[in-house]
Amino acid sequence: MPDPTNSAESQTMTNTSGDVPAIEFRDVVKRFGDNVVLDGLNFSVPQGQRITLIGPSGSGKTTILRLLMTLEELSGGLILIDGDPYTHEYKGDKWVAVPEKRRRVVRNRVGMVFQQFNLFPNMTVLGNIIESPIHVLGKSKAEAVADAERLLEKVGMSEKRDFNTNELSGGQQQRVAIARALAMDPEILLLDEVTSALDPEIVADVLDVLREIAETTDITMLLVTHEMQFAREVSDRVLMFDKGQIVEEADPETMFTNPTHDRTKEFLKAVLGG
Amino acid sequence: MNDSIWDWDRAWEVLPLLLEGLSVTIQITVLGMLIASILGLFIALAMRTPSRWVTAPLKFLVDFIRMTPLLVQLVFVYLLLTWVPGYVVGFVVLGVHYATYMSEVYRAGIEAVPKGQWEAATALNMAKGRTWRAVILPQAIRNTLPGLGNYAISMFKETPFLFAISVNEMYKAGQDYGANTFSYIEALTMVGLLFLAVSYPTSLLVRRMEIRLA
Repeated sequence: MPDPTNSAESQTMTNTSGDVPAIEFRDVVKRFGDNVVLDGLNFSVPQGQRITLIGPSGSGKTTILRLLMTLEELSGGLILIDGDPYTHEYKGDKWVAVPEKRRRVVRNRVGMVFQQFNLFPNMTVLGNIIESPIHVLGKSKAEAVADAERLLEKVGMSEKRDFNTNELSGGQQQRVAIARALAMDPEILLLDEVTSALDPEIVADVLDVLREIAETTDITMLLVTHEMQFAREVSDRVLMFDKGQIVEEADPETMFTNPTHDRTKEFLKAVLGG
Repeated sequence: MNDSIWDWDRAWEVLPLLLEGLSVTIQITVLGMLIASILGLFIALAMRTPSRWVTAPLKFLVDFIRMTPLLVQLVFVYLLLTWVPGYVVGFVVLGVHYATYMSEVYRAGIEAVPKGQWEAATALNMAKGRTWRAVILPQAIRNTLPGLGNYAISMFKETPFLFAISVNEMYKAGQDYGANTFSYIEALTMVGLLFLAVSYPTSLLVRRMEIRLA
């Protein structure tokens, strides 16, 4: 693996000024056994941009989000968040994995919403949302509860505050999961097929919530979705993936109305049923 | 009357003695399960550490305890630690013996917690210890409750082994009565019925719990 950067020393700590990308992938490699999912991937996301990743399943989109959330380990290359090497540091003359303790400092800037919601079933709705603001961010319980109530209002779930999570429908659980991620006040929000497990009639509710977040915040968003219409509305840029590579990159209008690459045309034809 | 195989007077006469023994039996089961459920959890957690220096000796010890008879363990420890009362040897040995089985129940309970729970905890940047305490263990322990109930019944039924180390549990009370009166049949029948009277309703409770948690 080639050394992904020589400028590590100059990029020591947090730098959130506008010109540093929120997310940067440098020569990122991810292998699962012999299966190479990402092979030297480079791309960056400017602060506050909304990026949609599209492409056939197995093209590596979800792996990108999972690497960003440190749910998977890199096989090679580097991921930088606000210019900070997130999971590795330059020591001696090579990149080594940083300990969990240091990862946790940067990880606070990233939040994720999952396809299967993954709410904690042993806690109430409110309990799910205030858990990490209290125990990770160190907020007082009163403050965390006040924030949680504001977020529950935002996602239309105020009445379910004290419910158990298993008393909620899928769409309701996902809205709570979105509130839970937002309660950590992330700079970057990763949305991994968040409507794929939902019944068609409640997909719209969840998308409305996300649309409002996109309109009212400046959170950098990376979304993997099959909801092309939604992607078109909210994203600034669409990346088309195939076999772990970006085959096409464009603004949503161009991507969906006038794609240039054959692979993109095929894919869009298949998903849009055109 | 004395020629017949069954004498109701004897059966009623032995009952109070047996109930006293039953109370000891239940105490030992409760204390034993307390040890088994706490120690079992620690064994299950220790087996998850990546260090082979921890897991290899522990695995050997667990296998050793499981692969040798409970009766032998009881008598061995009783004879080795002569100054410890049989009652204490009884519930400690039962507890340690069953801890090796309970650890398996915990292991399964921990593994049954979906991967998504760990991932959500990471996404919320929770510390490892907090993830265990607040997310994984509450769900894992809930998964283990039926197993805990089944082992409690099983331990309860094995308390007669403590007869061998002179603990005054219910079986010994029955034996003593039989030895004094030669009415073994009445005494041991009542012992069996009393065991059944406790373990059968408990097993129904456990089954209900299994259905509710499923």
